Amino acid sequence: MSGVRVLVGTRKGAFVLTADGKREGWEVNGPHFGGWEIYHVKGSPADPDRLYASQSSGWFGQLIQRSNDGGSTWEPVGNQFQYDGVPGTHQWYDGTPHPWEFARVWHLEPSLTDPDTVLAGVEDAALFRTTDGGQNWHELPGLRGHGSGALWQPGAGGMCLHTIIVDPSDHERIFVAISAAGVFRTDDGGETWRPVNRGLQSEGIPDSDAEVGHCVHRLAMHPSRPDVLYMQKHWDVMRSDDAGESWNEISGDLPTDFGFAIDVHAHEPETVYVVPIKSDSEHFPPDGRLRVYRSRTGGNEWEPLTKGLPQSNCYVNVLRDAMAVDSLDSCGVYFGTTGGQVYASTDAGGTWAPIVRDLPAVLSVEVQTLA
Amino acid sequence: MIRVVLPAHLRTLAHLDREVEIEVVGQPTQRSVIDALEASYPMLQGTLRDPVTKKRRAFVRFFACEDDLSHELPDAPLPEAVATGAEPFFVIGAMAGG
Repeated sequence: MSGVRVLVGTRKGAFVLTADGKREGWEVNGPHFGGWEIYHVKGSPADPDRLYASQSSGWFGQLIQRSNDGGSTWEPVGNQFQYDGVPGTHQWYDGTPHPWEFARVWHLEPSLTDPDTVLAGVEDAALFRTTDGGQNWHELPGLRGHGSGALWQPGAGGMCLHTIIVDPSDHERIFVAISAAGVFRTDDGGETWRPVNRGLQSEGIPDSDAEVGHCVHRLAMHPSRPDVLYMQKHWDVMRSDDAGESWNEISGDLPTDFGFAIDVHAHEPETVYVVPIKSDSEHFPPDGRLRVYRSRTGGNEWEPLTKGLPQSNCYVNVLRDAMAVDSLDSCGVYFGTTGGQVYASTDAGGTWAPIVRDLPAVLSVEVQTLA
Repeated sequence: MIRVVLPAHLRTLAHLDREVEIEVVGQPTQRSVIDALEASYPMLQGTLRDPVTKKRRAFVRFFACEDDLSHELPDAPLPEAVATGAEPFFVIGAMAGG
């Protein structure tokens, strides 16, 4: 029987939530790594029982944990993330040069075909790869060194590489997104990179349509249409129909186009979900109403989804890596909040119910659809 | 035999009780004690010191015999009472934040 496994990273540990295909009776397992920040947990598409978790602490640094049994047991693997060569400098918040310093792993992206190969997006922004199940990590230096690195600058959360999308039809093509630098694409498996930010407009940088410097919050792609990308930028929801070569705004009738999370329906490539957040100075939903917005037209026309979500006195945030979908026949949509709730919809957003209500602040949500 | 007391998060990570005893060849120093600790418990690598620079992490401190040894040189001898096992070498997570 089919089922789902929801992998939740929080400020104080990881949780594994499981249910059968009905997605009704949930089992909550955790906390794993209690007290540690778990920025991301993700499973291998090639071996769903192989999971990787990014475990970090301001005191004790970065660890990577690996599970071979779907999250029941874990073992620490390699945690040395050494930049290739002399790291150089990027821009600090005030525009002065600042040395590249490793802080943590924000996002782990296991290979579509090999459980031992994983990409890691880190702060300060760079891309690392392991090909031995996490024991050893090596930077893909072509990204940081392609030429614009000295102009990158941190967003409020740090200068993080937070999004990694591998084109399922061409594994040599990879998209990454960095706050605050923008989107970068490789077509040769990570050797060479170039910025793909044409069409983005950003306040807060001297040249609003500069090639780099944009605070991209999240990208999403439907695997059947890898040239179509959706973006939640700091402000603005954007879309590209040409693999990032150009971007167009699709914020349309959203109540606010600030936000973090964005995702695509598993079976409908034109159905997109965002969670509008009031502003960059008030990281909570407008009017205290937690609303997911869905577009069935690939953007511009959005409808609020509210059934089962708090519609008064709700002041949580939904962070960039905290939304995911399953691929069951009736697409499930999941998101976690900084208030510790993980909400699930089993009808593509029509109705929502919390799986759990009182976890630590949720940093990331991933979903595995199990055979 | 050197007695080392680790903070709670690292005891959990290393599957240890409150105190661990480790063997150090020669004069014990911060470096030799941590090297021996990491050799016995590889999961601790990088948690006390940056894995690349080997510098003490900013929020990690070393205490012994009621003194703060955090700013001693890594190769400075540890107090005799630590070397003989009479007193433990404390690894402390600095008290800051939650």
